[in-house]
Amino acid sequence: MTTTRIARSLLYAALVVCALLTTVPFAWGVSGSLRSLDDIRSDPGALFPHHLTFGNFTRLFETQGFGTFLGNSVVVALMVVAGNVVAASAAGYALAKLDFAGRRLAFGAVMAALMVPFTAVFVPQFVITVDAGLADTLTGIALPSAALPMSVFVMRQYALSVPDELLEAARIDGAGEFRIFFRIFLPLAGPAVATITIMSFLNSWNNFIWPLIVAQSMSTYTLPVGLAATSQAAAHVTDYGLLLAGAVVVMLPVLVLFLFLQRYFVQGIAGTGMR
Amino acid sequence: MASTLAPATRETAVAPKAAARRASRARRTAVAWLFLAPFAVVFVVYTAIPTVAALGLSLTDIRGADLRTPFAVDFTGVENYVRLFQDDTFVRDLLNTGLFVAVGVPLTMVTGFVLALALNSGVRRLRGLFRTVFFAPVVTNVVAAALIWQYAFHTDGTVNKVLGAVGLAGPNWLDDPNLAMPVVVLLGVWRNFGTAMVLFLAGLQAVPQDVYEAAALDGAGRWRQLRHITLPLLLPTTLMVSVLLTVFYLQVFDEPYLLTGGGPLGSTESVALYTYRQFGAGEFGMSSAASFVTLVLVMVVSVVQFRLLRSRT
Repeated sequence: MTTTRIARSLLYAALVVCALLTTVPFAWGVSGSLRSLDDIRSDPGALFPHHLTFGNFTRLFETQGFGTFLGNSVVVALMVVAGNVVAASAAGYALAKLDFAGRRLAFGAVMAALMVPFTAVFVPQFVITVDAGLADTLTGIALPSAALPMSVFVMRQYALSVPDELLEAARIDGAGEFRIFFRIFLPLAGPAVATITIMSFLNSWNNFIWPLIVAQSMSTYTLPVGLAATSQAAAHVTDYGLLLAGAVVVMLPVLVLFLFLQRYFVQGIAGTGMR
Repeated sequence: MASTLAPATRETAVAPKAAARRASRARRTAVAWLFLAPFAVVFVVYTAIPTVAALGLSLTDIRGADLRTPFAVDFTGVENYVRLFQDDTFVRDLLNTGLFVAVGVPLTMVTGFVLALALNSGVRRLRGLFRTVFFAPVVTNVVAAALIWQYAFHTDGTVNKVLGAVGLAGPNWLDDPNLAMPVVVLLGVWRNFGTAMVLFLAGLQAVPQDVYEAAALDGAGRWRQLRHITLPLLLPTTLMVSVLLTVFYLQVFDEPYLLTGGGPLGSTESVALYTYRQFGAGEFGMSSAASFVTLVLVMVVSVVQFRLLRSRT
């Protein structure tokens, strides 16, 4: 008995240490963002600010472009989420609940799309975006993520769990497929829609390489691209206070959202793994 | 024998029904494809066409300047691939990427697995809190994370301050060709072990409890239960996690680009960074060839995984 109790205490201790190691970067980021430039210069590696200041955040929002980057990130994320909710709920429903010619082919396409690496396709994607006149536009940034295969997959898995009898009953009563989809399936699909919303928001908010390629002027930079550009521009006189304040602003919305809705975040990740 | 007695009646009775069934199936197919249309359009334009086009472009001498005059491009066959493997930079980047995979994947998996095991078996209180904490890096923006890493691993940064406190002289992490890679890998592991943990937790929860009870009755201790029950039953999950992470690390871009820019002296430059640089230099043909090498590697990994899964389950 006592040995298991000791073992359990050791386990908790080990987990607490791991949790601290995991969260320490967040603490560094937040603590650094609350330090003045002089504070950082005089004692660069200090764990805690010598004087707490919110000056970096006010400077950040006075910095040219930052408000635009934030706005762009929000607009792109809204487009991506809207696209995913529409495209994935419809496609997932069809793949799980409708019997039609080409169903296996369509599902194969979803699975293949999950596996095609981004680095293998971004050159042609860029050419297509330029040809469509969408280079350096927010639409051009959002479109490739507007119907993520992961979202379709999550919705299909969810739709499989909805009993067929429910849909059959409506069919016998003479309801059309669209009516069944909107009136019966969608009201039941709340958890899946929540998962898709969160996963596609996260994907868009954190996306870096594609916006980096498509956004060519500061007016279309998203937050991560703007922040990376600011950090590279300041390579010689690195203003860590300002950059870390930017980092906190980029991290915070997602972390707060995550704290409240972590169930759906985890579902989404677990969903993508279930190939 | 009824059918031979009245063949004519059967024909006339069945044919319209079959026709109606075919018509209704055609209608259902049309409706289903309407549902699929938004996804299908994005898939065709942004995945299917680009995949084929990437192969096509990799066999030409297309450059950025040719975008407006596509007919000036010449077909050069495998020339880009030959140039690629003669390019010391590319070979180095391929080896670097291999190193990312060889170190990053096992480290991420072991960390994720051990934590999943701890949360699943030993801990009842605070399980949700621990899971939340360990998963938080997964949702963290990589640019933000890289900035914090740069700040912390700076010569006078927090990490060296901590090392100094215990009497160790901290090195210049990100400017040392031998030390930059471990820091970049560490960032990758920090950002990904939560994913591995969640997938392992899902796998562990699917293992039926009575198997353990039976084994315990037969006198199998914790360690033997782990070796002979948990690990074999988790094999499909393990393979899945390993392929997911391998595919991810094969494409590693954000971490080295943001933390070190591929330096110092190219020691952290990956194939994805090479692809991006060739693209940035307007060498679309070379860039596509490099990207196609990634696609082939990813496909090989995926196919091998499916084979293994099928033979083991």
